[in-house]
Amino acid sequence: MTTMVDARGLSCPQPVIMALDEMKKEDNRELVVLVDTDTSKENVSRAATSQGGQVSEVSEEGGGYRITVRKG
Amino acid sequence: MTGKNIFATRWGIIGVGAAIGILAAFLQKLGNPANMGICVACFERDIAGALGLHRAEVVQYLRPEIVGFVLGSFVAAYLAREFRPRVGSAPIVRFVLGAFAMIGALVFLGCPWRAALRLAGGDGNALVGLAGLTFGIWIGTLFLKKGYNLGRSQATHTAVGWVMPLIMLGFLALLLISPQPEGQAKSEFLFYSLKGPGAAHAPLAISLAIGLGIGILAQRSRFCTMGAIRDGLLFGHVHLLSGFISLILFAFLTNLLLGQFHPGFTGQPIAHDQHVWNFAGMTLAGLAFALAGGCPGRQLFLAGEGDGDAAVFVLGMIVGAGFAHNFGLASSPNGIGPHGMAAVAVGLTVCLLIGLTMRNKNA
Repeated sequence: MTTMVDARGLSCPQPVIMALDEMKKEDNRELVVLVDTDTSKENVSRAATSQGGQVSEVSEEGGGYRITVRKG
Repeated sequence: MTGKNIFATRWGIIGVGAAIGILAAFLQKLGNPANMGICVACFERDIAGALGLHRAEVVQYLRPEIVGFVLGSFVAAYLAREFRPRVGSAPIVRFVLGAFAMIGALVFLGCPWRAALRLAGGDGNALVGLAGLTFGIWIGTLFLKKGYNLGRSQATHTAVGWVMPLIMLGFLALLLISPQPEGQAKSEFLFYSLKGPGAAHAPLAISLAIGLGIGILAQRSRFCTMGAIRDGLLFGHVHLLSGFISLILFAFLTNLLLGQFHPGFTGQPIAHDQHVWNFAGMTLAGLAFALAGGCPGRQLFLAGEGDGDAAVFVLGMIVGAGFAHNFGLASSPNGIGPHGMAAVAVGLTVCLLIGLTMRNKNA
C-alpha cells in the first residue's frame, strides 16, 4: 500500500524522521513524501536511499515537491 | 534523484567544508582574531556591540562576514530558484532559543564554527567544548525522537523573505557611510573597538567577499555544523559530518602552513580553561541549536533564502549577546563571567521545558 507523509513546513530533521518512521512499517510498499524546500527534498531522498529505498519520482507540486519512494 | 546540485553531494559538502576551513584560517592571517577566522556567535556579538546593544568596548565591530553570509545565501537561493519566503513556526520560541544559544556560546567563547577553528589552531579546550556541544545535541535528539517540533511554517509574501537580507544591506550601508574615525571608538552611527578582538579584523572588502562566497557555497551545500553531529547521532548519517570534519582538517593544515598552530590548553587566544563551564556552555548552545533545527551559520543561510523564523533566531542571538555582556554572563580569557553559571542553569531549564512541552503540534 502507498502511504502519504506531509512534511511541508517542518524544520530539519522532521521530514527525514517522518519518512524513515513510515519506511520502517512493514506493510508500506510505497511512500509519498510532500516537502516544501529543496533541502528537505535532498535530505529525504538521501535518507530513503540509505535505508534501501528507491526514489522513483520527484515532481514539483504546490510550490514544493512530491517524492515517491519504493521500498527495496 | 537530488537534481543537479553538485554541492549537495558527498564531495560537494567536503569541498565546501575545506573552502570554509582554508578561508577562515586566511582571514586570521589577514587580521581577524586568532582562532576566530569566522565565529558566527562572536561576530554577531560584535555586531551587537557595534550597534550599542552592549558596551563591552573590546568587542564592537559590524562584521562584514555575517552580512556576506546572508546576502550570499540570498543571491544563491534566487539563482537556483530556491528562494522560498516562509514564516510562522513558533517565532517567539526561536527568538528565545537564539538568545540562549548565544549565551551558552559566550560562556565557552565560540559557536560550533569557532570550536572547530579553535581545535584546528591547537586549542585543546575546544575538545571539551565540542564534547559539550555533542551532549547538548544528543539531548535534543531525545526530544526529536519523542515528537518534539515547533509546528509548521507557512508560505508568505516575497517581501517578508527580503526583510533579513535588507537588514543586512542596511548594516553594510552603515559600515560604509560611518567608518571608524582614526583612533576613535565611535563614528556617527556605530561603535568600534580600539583594542581586543573587536579591533582585529581583515580589510572590509576581503571580509565581505569571503562572507559572500561562503554564503553562496553554504546555501547550495546546506552546510550545518549542528546538523552534522545531530544526523550522526540520530540516523547514523555522515553526510554533513564529512563537511564539518573537512573544515577542521583543512583549517588545521592551513594553520600549519601559516604558522598559526599552537597546541595546548593554557594561554590560548580568547579562551579560558574552565572545563566544566566550557562543556556546560556548549551543552546549552548545542541543545538550543538542535531545538531550532540549525547551527548559527545555517540560521543565517536559511534567513537568506527566505526563512523568517531563522531570521528571528538570528535576532535572538544578537539580543542574547546584549544580555550576555550587559549582565556579566559572558566569559573572558580570565574565566567565566560573574553570572555565567546562573545563565547556563536558566538556559538549560528553559530549553528542557521547550523540548518537553512542544510536541507534535500540527504534525
